[in-house]
Amino acid sequence: MDILDVAVNVSASTLRLATPLLLVAMAGLLSYQVGLVNIALEGLMLIGAFTAVVMGVEAGSVWLGVILACLVCAIGGAFFALFVTDLRADLIVTGLAMNFLALGGTAYLLQILFGVQGSYTPANFESLPVLNIPGLSDLPILGKVLFRHSPLVYVSWIAIPVTAVFLYHTIPGIHIRAVGENPEAARTVGISVRKMQYLALILAGLLCGLAGAHLAVGDLALFRENMTDGRGFIGLAAVYFAAGRPRMAALACLLFGFFEALQFRMQTTSNIPTQFFQMLPYLMVVVMLVAISVRKEWKKG
Amino acid sequence: MPYLMMQDITKHYPGVAANTDVNFAVEKGEIHALVGENGAGKSTLMKILYGLEQPDSGRIMLDGKPVIIPNTYSAIRMGIGMVHQHFQLIPSLTVGENIALGYESRKGIFVDRTGIATRVRALSEQYGLQVDPNQRVAELSVGIRQRVEILKMLYRNAKLLILDEPSAVLTPQEVDKLFEVIRNLVHQGRTAIFITHKLHEVMAICQRATVLRRGKVMGTLEVVSTNPVEIARMMVGADIDTVQLTTTSRPGIRQLHLEQLVAEDDRGLKVLRNIELSVHSGEIVGLAGVEGNGQHELLEVLVGLRRPKSGQIYICDTLATNLNGRQRREDGLALIPEDRNQEGLSNDLSIWENLAITRYYTAPQSRGNVLRIGHLQQKARELMQRFDVRANSHNTRVGTLSGGNAQKVVIARELAETPRILIAAQPTRGLDIGAARFVHEQLVNLRDQGVGIFLISADLDELLAVCDRLIVLFEGRIAGRLTAAEATRETLGLLMAGRSTENEVTTS
Repeated sequence: MDILDVAVNVSASTLRLATPLLLVAMAGLLSYQVGLVNIALEGLMLIGAFTAVVMGVEAGSVWLGVILACLVCAIGGAFFALFVTDLRADLIVTGLAMNFLALGGTAYLLQILFGVQGSYTPANFESLPVLNIPGLSDLPILGKVLFRHSPLVYVSWIAIPVTAVFLYHTIPGIHIRAVGENPEAARTVGISVRKMQYLALILAGLLCGLAGAHLAVGDLALFRENMTDGRGFIGLAAVYFAAGRPRMAALACLLFGFFEALQFRMQTTSNIPTQFFQMLPYLMVVVMLVAISVRKEWKKG
Repeated sequence: MPYLMMQDITKHYPGVAANTDVNFAVEKGEIHALVGENGAGKSTLMKILYGLEQPDSGRIMLDGKPVIIPNTYSAIRMGIGMVHQHFQLIPSLTVGENIALGYESRKGIFVDRTGIATRVRALSEQYGLQVDPNQRVAELSVGIRQRVEILKMLYRNAKLLILDEPSAVLTPQEVDKLFEVIRNLVHQGRTAIFITHKLHEVMAICQRATVLRRGKVMGTLEVVSTNPVEIARMMVGADIDTVQLTTTSRPGIRQLHLEQLVAEDDRGLKVLRNIELSVHSGEIVGLAGVEGNGQHELLEVLVGLRRPKSGQIYICDTLATNLNGRQRREDGLALIPEDRNQEGLSNDLSIWENLAITRYYTAPQSRGNVLRIGHLQQKARELMQRFDVRANSHNTRVGTLSGGNAQKVVIARELAETPRILIAAQPTRGLDIGAARFVHEQLVNLRDQGVGIFLISADLDELLAVCDRLIVLFEGRIAGRLTAAEATRETLGLLMAGRSTENEVTTS
């Protein structure tokens, strides 16, 4: 296998692996901009994955599964908002509770509904069909890297500019940022802090649904216990790494996707213990976060 | 029929009667002052008018019609606008976005930025309030931010403007400009309520003044037929005599000396440039300046919280530049900090613990590593008596004390053992006139006992009342030095705005 093939493969799988991260990072960005640390992203994403598979099978359409995953997670986001705004529950504790509920709840339902543990692979159920972009997918190299993916990969690319434009150029977006930065000031001009928090968290939920759906039915067609495996937190870390800027957050997700792709590659081609490579992407997150805080301190002098 | 009538407004919080049967009427086209000391109930009344609070009872008539104002949104719709004392702006948004916030015009699904900018420009031209709609608020000075706040009201077409202590953060020259703007607005058919506790401002700009005291209206006065003394008397309920120096100072030996002091702020910008000053025993030296010109950093450098870039600090002839806070205190330094709740006291601890906190580690306050609690509590009771701290007992939690009593705890601690040099930063901020007078008397007494006092204050009246010498700080430089005799509101104002009288750095 020549080096070009490897590069193409790694690039393509970087994009595939970064997809759920990009989607969940945009969810994290909305929460960040409205001023809430949303650690429930992880749990919502898991619920999204579960819903996409189960409802996809039930409804007989994988696309319907994706749409229902978004809907269910949007409702989950609304619940989170209900707890932290109207019921004044602690943000972190509520987020933790949602995560554990999602983890235990999906495993429990798996057992109750299908009598299986660990993993559920429905028969006669196919993942979302790969969407080859007509014309572009035949390009040499680029075609294989960019234009032969599962549909939600393209959705994740669109989600970045859409989120950015929403936050910076539409009225609800600007109100979300105003609420996040100075809720008191937003209140004095008649913006409802509560409504904006609901809006941001519901939209974040919807994006979590997409992210979870991609994990479950994007390339595979199965649900596994804890299949999100911390990706919600990685997405959140990307947002903080980027200090809330959409493009930087996306870049961080791609970087993480790259290290994940690399680790898959290395596992099969080298004799260093695989655990080392599995650790690599997470190590990079730590290194990145340390790097920015060091730079911040350095700037301060 | 007045334009605005607030009738029999009562609002009580647990333990606090913020407003009791308040009647307040404003005529169309007037500038009406709402005066009173901190805690007199001005803010509560205006929050009710602006829909931020609901009254327990009472009613509001606007333009002859009874109205209910459940939230700010409806207040704004009725044409009521408010400039808050603490600006309500979003730093990362642009001037235009801030001004239009909540009332943006749209173009399709997007914000109509050009439309907003055009309207903002038109308004800023009409009222002489220059701003750049595309600049981010984070980059603006305080004075310009206030312009943005005023434009925000005008953009919403407010007819009744509430200005909550608008001059507090401005230089005297900026205040003049602000007054011009307010007069202009009223001239164009708007009505203004001007909240302040600066009486000369009431005299300068208002037609009538309503005085609040302890949540009740003491009266409404025509400004042409009254004078500051009468208003002040209504505010405090007793004749006040501004504390004036009773004796002349007799400066002695040098207690505090700064030599070529240079320091940077947290962002790495130079905020103190070659500061040279001395404070001698038996004098009060005041540091004047609009906030944000280096006073805060100078204070931090003096007490050992910030390391100077270069230069030296001497406390009572000891080189103190590299000493920590405790060592400086042991050399005779005492401090009344800027923010007593954050830096001066631990709100969760009792009075006696707060009083002990600077000296607990030496005999006779402790033996070995064990506190002598009985002794400390006994000492605390004595200090509470001596400094008139009013509380149930020495065990009372400091967080439950009023501002004046809390400040007395700080003063009791700092003056328990007579210091050689006292640094007092904004020592009367947030205090009522009675408590402020107590503080001023303490300062003057202390001076007469031969202590050197360095008074950092944003309150010109305070500085003019008690200081023997004044130093004005502007953009981190000493802009001028005045004796008490030379200092007036005008000379200080010019120096605070940057008209330096010092061509070169001179020593005093």
